[in-house]
Amino acid sequence: MPELSLAERPHQSERPQSERAMIEIRDVTRSYGAFKALDDASLTIKEGEFFSLLGPSGCGKTTLLRMIAGFDNPTSGSIAVGGQPMDGIPANRRPTNMVFQSYAIFPHLNVEQNVAYGLKRLKLQGDEERRRVEEALAQVSLTGLGKRGATELSGGQRQRVALARALVMRPKVLLLDEPLSALDKKLREQMQVELRRLQQAVGITFVLVTHDQYEALAMSDRIAVMFGGKIAQVASPKEIYQRPVNRQVADFLGGMNFVKAEIVEENGASLVLDTLGFGRVRTDKPKAFVRNGGQATLGIRPERLRVLWDNATAKFEVAGKVVERHYFGEITHLIVEIPGLEKPLSVTETNDFGADDIPVGAPIRLAYDPEALVAMAD
Amino acid sequence: MTAAAEGSPPLRMTQVRRSALLQSEPVQGFALISPTFLYALILLVLPILVVFAHSFWTQNYLTIDHTFTLENYRVALTEPIYRDLLWRSLYISLTVSVLTVILAYPIAYFISFHGGRHKSLWLFLITIPFWTSYLLRVMSWKVILGYNGVLNSGLMGLGIIDEPSTALLYNSSAVIITLTHAWATFAILPIFVSLEKVDRTLVEAATDLGDGPLRSFLRVTLPLSTPGVVSAMLIVMIPTVGDYVTPKLVGGKDGVMIANAIQAQFGKASNWPLGAALSVTTMVIVTLMAGATVLIIRAAQRLAR
Amino acid sequence: MMAIKRLLPGGWLSAYAFLYVAFLYLPVIFLPIFSINTAATPKFPLSGVTLKWYEDLPRTPALIDATWNSLIVGVSASVLSTVLGILAARSITRYRYPGRRAINGLIMAPLVLPEVIVAISMLLVMLQLGLSLSLFTVVLGHVLVCIPYSMTVLTSGFEGFDRSLEEASADLGESAFGTFRRVTLPMVMPAIISSLLVCFTISLDEFIIAFFLTGTEATLPIYIWGQLRFAAKLPGVLALGTLLLFASFLLMTIAEILRRRAASRTRNEGGLYA
Repeated sequence: MPELSLAERPHQSERPQSERAMIEIRDVTRSYGAFKALDDASLTIKEGEFFSLLGPSGCGKTTLLRMIAGFDNPTSGSIAVGGQPMDGIPANRRPTNMVFQSYAIFPHLNVEQNVAYGLKRLKLQGDEERRRVEEALAQVSLTGLGKRGATELSGGQRQRVALARALVMRPKVLLLDEPLSALDKKLREQMQVELRRLQQAVGITFVLVTHDQYEALAMSDRIAVMFGGKIAQVASPKEIYQRPVNRQVADFLGGMNFVKAEIVEENGASLVLDTLGFGRVRTDKPKAFVRNGGQATLGIRPERLRVLWDNATAKFEVAGKVVERHYFGEITHLIVEIPGLEKPLSVTETNDFGADDIPVGAPIRLAYDPEALVAMAD
Repeated sequence: MTAAAEGSPPLRMTQVRRSALLQSEPVQGFALISPTFLYALILLVLPILVVFAHSFWTQNYLTIDHTFTLENYRVALTEPIYRDLLWRSLYISLTVSVLTVILAYPIAYFISFHGGRHKSLWLFLITIPFWTSYLLRVMSWKVILGYNGVLNSGLMGLGIIDEPSTALLYNSSAVIITLTHAWATFAILPIFVSLEKVDRTLVEAATDLGDGPLRSFLRVTLPLSTPGVVSAMLIVMIPTVGDYVTPKLVGGKDGVMIANAIQAQFGKASNWPLGAALSVTTMVIVTLMAGATVLIIRAAQRLAR
Repeated sequence: MMAIKRLLPGGWLSAYAFLYVAFLYLPVIFLPIFSINTAATPKFPLSGVTLKWYEDLPRTPALIDATWNSLIVGVSASVLSTVLGILAARSITRYRYPGRRAINGLIMAPLVLPEVIVAISMLLVMLQLGLSLSLFTVVLGHVLVCIPYSMTVLTSGFEGFDRSLEEASADLGESAFGTFRRVTLPMVMPAIISSLLVCFTISLDEFIIAFFLTGTEATLPIYIWGQLRFAAKLPGVLALGTLLLFASFLLMTIAEILRRRAASRTRNEGGLYA
C-alpha cells in the first residue's frame, strides 16, 4: 500500500503511461445455462489507466466488472489483479473497490461513517482514520458535510460519498458501475470532468462501465467496446471513433455513412476499393481488418464531409442533391442524395457559413479527406 | 507430500463447484424458507389432510372406525339441521362480504384519491380498531345491541321507543352487523391497494376524451380496481363462513352458524368424523361460492364494457 | 356552480369517511365508557364514575394466572413467529426460485382460512400425535397464525433492501458476518421489533385457537370468555377489556412507527432532496 497520502500526490495533467499490467483477464467466460453473458474475453488493463467498458445493456460489461470485484466468478478463465490471481478470493479480500450504480450509501450511517466504513476494520492508529476520512471528503469536495445523514443527500452528493468511500481504501483498482447514469445531463458532464481530474490526481487505475459513448470518449485512456458478451475492439477513444473495426462499433460510437465497396487490391498496409459514389479509393488497411470475400464496407463520419461553397474545389469531392435539412443550433444536419449510392449521405456542417440556409433540393458538392474513409470487413 | 500437493488443484476445483451449487440462488433461497415452509406443512397442510381423512371414517364411541364411508357427507348435506346451518352460514357470509365491500369501497376511494398527505394517517386510523381483540369487539356489539344495552337505553332515553326492543340482539342481523364491522379493514386494504395502482393519467385521459367524473369512474377507475374488489370479497367471505365467536355471542338461536355445529362435534357431541365432514363440506362449498362470485364479477365487468 | 360541483364528490366522500371511522370506533369506545360506570349493566344514562372494577382486577387470582399465561404465550409465539418470518421474508425478498409464490401462498394461507377449521385441524393432529394440550400447543397454533402478519411487516421492511448495500460492505473489506452485523441487522431491526410487537398483540388477543388448543390453563381472552357467562362479572370484563384495548393500541402504534422507519430506511433511492 502506498504510504503517500492521496492529497500529497503531485498533480499531473499528463501522467506518463505505465506499461505494467494491473488487470489481466484471460479467456474469461461466464455462462448462465446456455446463455453466455461473457464469451471468452481477454483483456489487459494497464496500471494508472482510465479504462472504459462500453456497450449496450446486456453486452456483458457489468458482468465483467462484477467478476473483477469478486461478486461473480468466471465459469472458465482467469482474472488477475496486480499480478495476483483472483480465483477463489472473495470480494472483501480483493484490492479493488467499487462505486455502485445505485451508490449503495448505507442509509443508517452519516457521510463520515459511510466513508469510514471500510477503515474501521483496519484498526488504524490514533487520528489516522479521521485524517483519511477528511482527506477523502476533501478530494470529492464534500468537506464539512461529514455529519450529514445519508438520506439528506442529493444525487450528486451521494455519488461523491460513494467515491470517497471507495478511494479512502486506497485500492489498486477503482471500479465504477455506470456511476453517472442517475445524474441529470448537466451534472453528468460536470462529473465527467471531475472524475477524470480525480483519476489523474490519485493515479489509481479506474475501470468504468458505461453505455454512454460520449462519456467513454471524454474520460478514458482506452476503451473496450463490447457486444453480446464479446469484446469487439480495444483502443484509444480516438482510434475507436475514427477507426472502428466493424459497422456495429461504428454505429454505437455515433452516426456513420456506410458505402458498399469492392476490394480491388490488398497489400500489407493499404487497400484499394471501388465504390459507386466515391469512385476508386486507396485507404489505410486497419490493423484488425480481415478480408471476407471480395466485398467490404467503407465508412465516413457525417462531420468529415464538408460542404464546398460556390466555386471552391477539393481534390476529393462528391456531388449530389440536398433532400432534407435539420437545424440543431450550432450545426445543421443535411441529407444528401448522391447518384449511384443506394442510401443518401448524412452530413453535419457547422452553421458558420450558412449551412442552415441551404435550400432543400439544391445541388451540392461535398469534400472529403480519404484519410477519413474507414474500410470495414463485411 | 508432493503427491498430495499435486493432487490438490483438481480437488479444489470440485470443492469450488460444489460450493457454487450451494451458493446458487434457488438453493440458498429454498434453504432459507424451508423452516417456515415445513412449519406450515406440518401444522397446516398435514392437519387439513388429517381432517379430510377423518371425514371418511366413523366414530365408534371412543374409537375411530377407519373403513371408508360417505355417511358423514350424507348427514352433513341432507340432515335438515346441518343443511339449514350451512345455508345460513353461506347466506350470512355472502351478505357480509357484499355489504363490507360496498361500504368499504367509498372509503378506500376517498383515501386513495382524496387522502393527500394524510393517506397513511387515514390507513392507520382504519387499521387500529382491527388490532384490538376480536372477542372484545364482538362483546362491545353485545353491549350495544343487548336488551339492556346502549341502543335500547339510548332510544328509550330519547323517547323514541317505550320498552326495550328484543329485535336487536340474538338473530342473524346482529351477526351480520357485527361481522360487517369486524371485517371492514380487511375489505378496505385490498381495494385501497388496487386503487393506488390505478394510473391517475388514465383518469385524466378519460376526462380529456370527454367523460364526466362519474363516467370516467365507471369506465376507468372501477374496472381497474376490480382485482381489489374481488380479493376483498374473498378475504371476507371465506373466513366469515366459519365464524364461531360472533354467532355464539350475538347470534342467539336464530344466528347459529356451521362453526358452532362443527365445534359441537369436536366437543360435547364427540363425533370427530362428522365434524370433519362438516368442515370439509363448508370449505368446499365456500370455495365454490367464492369461485362463482369471481366469475360473476368478471362477467359483469365484461358486460359493462 | 362549477365550484360546488367540483367540491361535492370529495365533500360527500369525506363526510362518509368520517362517519365510517366513527362506525369503526363506536363499539370499541363503549368498553372504556362502561368500565368506569358504577352500575353493573351497561346502559345509558351512566349512573356514576368509579374505578372499583379496575381495583378488583389485581385481586382475582384466576386473572393473574391468565395474564401470566398470556404473557408466556405471547412472548414465545412472537419470538418464534418472527424468527420464522425473518427466514421466509428474507428468502422471498432476496431470492428467485421455482415454487416461491406457491410456498409464500401456503405460508400466508392462515390469514384467509376460517380460524375454527384451522384450530380443529391442529387439534386433531395434536391429539393424534399424543401431545397433551397445554400452553405449548397454544404457542404452536399462535405461531402459525402470526407468521403471515410477521411476513407482511418484515417483507415491507426487507423489500427494496438494495442488495448492493451488502455488496458494498463486502467490497469495503467486511466479512459476511460483519456485513450482517453492521449493515443488514441495523437496517431491518425496526421491522423485526415491529413484527415482534404485532405478533405479541395478535397472540394476546387471539381467542379461537387458544380456546381449542389449550388444556386447563386459560389465556386472557379465554378468561374473558368464561366470565361472559355471568352477567354480574361484566363490569370487570369491561375493565379488563379496556386495559387490553389500550395495550393493543399502544403496541400497534409503536409497531407502525417502527415499520415505517424500517421501510423508509431500506428505500435507498431518493431521500429528502432526490
